Amino acid sequence: MALNLKLLRHRSTNHTKKISRSGWGNLLVLVFLLLLAAFSILPFIFAILQSFKPLDEIFIFPPRFFVNRPSLENYYLLSQLTKNMWVPFSRYSFNSVFVSITATVLHVVFASMCAYPLAKFKIPGSKMIFNVIVLSLLFTGEVTAIPSFILMSRTGMINNYLALILPPVASSLGLFLMKQFIEQMPDSIIEAARVDGSGNFRTLFSVVMPSVRPAWLTLIIFSFQGVWNREGLEFIYNEELKMLPTVLRQITSSGIARSGAAAAAAVLLMIPPITIFILSQSNIIETMAHSGIKE
Amino acid sequence: MMDLIKSKIRLMLSNGDLYLMMAPFLILFLMFTVIPVMSSVLLSFTDFNLLEWPSFVGWDNYVKLFLEDKIFTITVKNTLLFALLTGPLSYFLSLFVAWMVNDLSPKIRTLFTFMFYAPSISGTMYFIWSLIFSGDIYGWVNGFLINTGILNEPVAWLNDSRYSLSIIMLVQLWMSMGAGFLAFIAGLQSIDRTLYESGSIDGVRNRWQELIYITLPSMGPQLLFGAVMQISASFSAGRISIALAGNPSTDYAANTIITHVIDYATIRYEMGYASAIATVLFMLMLITNSFIRRVLRKYN
Repeated sequence: MALNLKLLRHRSTNHTKKISRSGWGNLLVLVFLLLLAAFSILPFIFAILQSFKPLDEIFIFPPRFFVNRPSLENYYLLSQLTKNMWVPFSRYSFNSVFVSITATVLHVVFASMCAYPLAKFKIPGSKMIFNVIVLSLLFTGEVTAIPSFILMSRTGMINNYLALILPPVASSLGLFLMKQFIEQMPDSIIEAARVDGSGNFRTLFSVVMPSVRPAWLTLIIFSFQGVWNREGLEFIYNEELKMLPTVLRQITSSGIARSGAAAAAAVLLMIPPITIFILSQSNIIETMAHSGIKE
Repeated sequence: MMDLIKSKIRLMLSNGDLYLMMAPFLILFLMFTVIPVMSSVLLSFTDFNLLEWPSFVGWDNYVKLFLEDKIFTITVKNTLLFALLTGPLSYFLSLFVAWMVNDLSPKIRTLFTFMFYAPSISGTMYFIWSLIFSGDIYGWVNGFLINTGILNEPVAWLNDSRYSLSIIMLVQLWMSMGAGFLAFIAGLQSIDRTLYESGSIDGVRNRWQELIYITLPSMGPQLLFGAVMQISASFSAGRISIALAGNPSTDYAANTIITHVIDYATIRYEMGYASAIATVLFMLMLITNSFIRRVLRKYN
């Protein structure tokens, strides 16, 4: 660990002294943090409140932040719209849930399996592979869309769940994140597992993964949210395979009369990613306290 | 030389299980990233309209881009503004907020983390800003300013070249507490608590010393991750601009390199030219990336 305290060591006089926190500084920082949090969350709350406004209240002057007469009108309209569909609403929901969960699980497992050798073993090619993966994060998706489409149609993935599931499984972000965290683990723990006769697969899943829990809990958020919001319009023509965001946008995008329903749909669509976020964040606890020594 | 290659091959064979572990990810990565990116770089040397087979034109696209395309110059300028202002600002803000939030009790920490991350959660939340800065009197900002007598008539904020870029930079900043921010939180959670105890014995006296001597050196990998994500996000700013100010925006005031790519790729169907723009953008990011890696080297 790159802990350099030499400079401080000879200056230290009082060993039992606690870290001091100045009252005014703390207050200032707290005020700053609260202002920033307000800037961050208010537009979000505004979006949610908007979905409870009846149509006539969306267009009033002066515009108001809060709702005068909160109503479920928009949500009712949305439920009416979803009732008249040719493919049942439950099918779209199933598609979204199935695709998001499968892709997320595969992504976390495959990315970790690839990150562990890259982080902890000096094998030929590992440096090159890692650099290519990181640099790929810097290439824009807009122009690779056409080559990807051609590749997918040649391999028969169009109109298939695979077109929705497989590309996010190999997202470079997840590998980069996992590699960065695994790299930080002390080699001694891995060495101890090897001495105990544990193979590489077992070491990864029983020793490495438990101690990089914050990393994969965070990765679950990114991955689930990314796949959930994915439209995949260009890969899926079959109505029965479409995902929820695509469908809800289709049925609510017909002018001002449905703008309330669109707001309601946007709010409902955020519930699953928010749930995953809260579950994951509240489980990121100080893992090192439980998983043994760290160098 | 032969011996070196032989020993490398022997090393690879003896680590066969490691390559096997990496295979599933790498095969998919090759299919969905490496091949499309390489094809796109190759396409930048062609004239390709999606209907006919691409025809090779050498450096023509690049020559046209640098010598004839006046709009490209504007978009480069705007992109650099995003990269030099919103990028670093958001990076340090994310780090600072993550560090502050980390000391709170778990429940309150989750709440605060959520408040900062919320704008990124749906990916299209920025649409709400088009209501806030709407050009009619029902827009929030106009409504407020007219109601208080500061303005007499509504201002078309997003369609006015004097304001559009600044507003979009504000929205970009609002959306930017994303991947890097959460990685910082996770990184802070991974730091061994005993380091702080031994630090206080060694004479770390206040939080700033704690940050500089213990916290930052312990999260080098996360700092690098956050930096790469930030480069990628701020150089590819543009989606928000298209959603709020349109493409093209008034006088191209809010156009970025990415909006230029999207313009050629999805409106004009000049894929060769669009790929050339994307390749130049990639080069810009590569330069920034190697610079930032050098700066962060001491933590890694």
